[in-house]
Amino acid sequence: MNDMSQILKKEPEPAPGEALSAESLPAKSSPVLRFEAPPSTSLWAHARYIVTENPVTGLAFGLFALILLAALIGPSIVPYDPLASNTNAALQAPSRAHWFGTDQLGRDIFSRVIAATRLDFSIAVFSVALVFVLGGLAGVMAGFFGGWVDKLVGRIADTIMAFPLFVLAMGIVAALGNSVTNIVLATAIINFPLYARVARAEANVRREAGFVQAARLSGNSDWRLLLTQILPNIMPIMAVQMSLTMGYAILNAAGLSFIGLGVRPPTPEWGIMVAEGASFIVSGEWWIAFFPGLALMIAVFCFNLLGDGVRDLVDPQRRN
Amino acid sequence: MLKMIGQRLMTTIPSIIGVIIVTFLLTRVLPGDTAAYFAGPAASPQAIAEIRGKLGLDQPLPVQFVSYVTALLKGDLGQSLTTGQPVTRDIAARLPASAELTLAGLILAMAVALPLGVLAAVKQGSWIDHLCRIVATAGVSLPVFFTGLLLVYVFYFLLGWSPAPLGRLDVFASEPPGVTGFLLIDMLLARDLEGFRAAFSQLILPAVTLAIFSLAPITRMTRASMLAVLGADFVRTARASGLTNGKVIGTYAFRNAMLPVVTTLGMVFSFLLGANVLVEKVFAWPGIGSYAVEALIASDYAPIQGFVLTMAVMYVALNLMIDVLYGVIDPRVRLEG
Repeated sequence: MNDMSQILKKEPEPAPGEALSAESLPAKSSPVLRFEAPPSTSLWAHARYIVTENPVTGLAFGLFALILLAALIGPSIVPYDPLASNTNAALQAPSRAHWFGTDQLGRDIFSRVIAATRLDFSIAVFSVALVFVLGGLAGVMAGFFGGWVDKLVGRIADTIMAFPLFVLAMGIVAALGNSVTNIVLATAIINFPLYARVARAEANVRREAGFVQAARLSGNSDWRLLLTQILPNIMPIMAVQMSLTMGYAILNAAGLSFIGLGVRPPTPEWGIMVAEGASFIVSGEWWIAFFPGLALMIAVFCFNLLGDGVRDLVDPQRRN
Repeated sequence: MLKMIGQRLMTTIPSIIGVIIVTFLLTRVLPGDTAAYFAGPAASPQAIAEIRGKLGLDQPLPVQFVSYVTALLKGDLGQSLTTGQPVTRDIAARLPASAELTLAGLILAMAVALPLGVLAAVKQGSWIDHLCRIVATAGVSLPVFFTGLLLVYVFYFLLGWSPAPLGRLDVFASEPPGVTGFLLIDMLLARDLEGFRAAFSQLILPAVTLAIFSLAPITRMTRASMLAVLGADFVRTARASGLTNGKVIGTYAFRNAMLPVVTTLGMVFSFLLGANVLVEKVFAWPGIGSYAVEALIASDYAPIQGFVLTMAVMYVALNLMIDVLYGVIDPRVRLEG
């Protein structure tokens, strides 16, 4: 357990999720989740093992580093201004000057694809962080207190699940207003049931665990038990859940902007760039839609593999 | 069996109530002026005030909810500003196009995913197993609109095999008399083989796009549950009793392995109905998804609300059907019910 949280801490993961998963340090005290790592194995050796043992996971971590880099410093290293149009150079096929070609306004697609990483990545990270807090907390409370809290959370989750999720996200963004913030919110809401259920199940199992009862006998209040005993112990599982839903979050957000919600042109964003290139596909200018789509695909692919990798780190028993 | 269906029907009532409350809340309680939404972006303050009165938005919320539900019961979802028609009529006219596409995609996905998953489980570790793994991983990572555009580029622009991605039917082809609303079936009923071919060639690419998208979860689930069943005692007993391999797999294992797969179908439908919107946009398919997208662009709120409600009700109904199917496959469910 100790291993995993420290590894997560050393992984260059951005703020909200990171801060929370670092809290899983006290999980050391959990008798339920501890897995046997030989005491001599240092955490780096374990991380190296996970990354090198399965080359696919290694690839995913490498891609993740690239995406992170592009999100952090991308906009300042791109060869062209992602917003600057140049009608003399419109609709050029990929070349040495423009690696990914140019679009109908002569904007450099390579620069736009790289610059878009920050926005797409932030949407995914913020929505996952938001649902992690909301869904996680609601689920833990439902599992720990039971009773009407459980019923209420269950009912909310059921109602959300009664909608096809993408359709609900469309409805939410349309109603709340067409902005990036609302895309983040909508993506978080449709993931709520998933997080709430996992957190509920995990909290429910631990409610009567020995260490919780010991803490209760020492005179801790319910809320204190929940925050200091239960919550830290379910963090690893929730961290896995987060990395598994990142890919879906990014896909969902790109889908929403593909149909014209949230992100507005000329902002570079993968979904909207694919939408802009869609009308040129039939006349053969494939590169306008292809490269942003490819970037999106690689990002989702990377997050999905990464999710499996993090799960292997945290919970070796569920490996497949 | 009937009793089970009846009981299951009762459990959908809370879902439906929840869905109606959420769609109501989506329009009424959220920040922003609903009347301004309904009036459209170019409306004058007087027009907005008039619409507010007409929609009853100056009434207290519970009253509004009652009138909303009353209108719903009459099948009234409001007027679309862009088409000038009642939303209910618009949706009813466009629903068959979406249903035909979704069903075609699902059937195609099942036709590939079930054999692939079963074979991958039976021949674990073989090339087909690896193929199955690739399909399952790639399928979930592919943005559905991106797959669609790639297919258009390859099969329309490069190869010229498929027609332009512009709707259900060529502009030159004549529409068959609308009996079912499903073009393929209507064409056959009208004995118009040329028309059938035309409609089919328009349908194939969007259907394949949807199929690729839903292939992954079905394949993965089929493989996993088939593996679990093949390791079960009753399969070993069947083998030990000297039954042929085909009988063991086809009769004993497959039927039992189908139960988790049917359960996954619920999730697949959720994805499929959402992906439908994106695919319809890519292929200019005149279904309810592209209707909603057009309304979104025009800030025409009533159609979007109607669309979300219709989709949710359909999804609840599909889940109900899945549960009934579950009972058909598994006699134990019937007995308990």
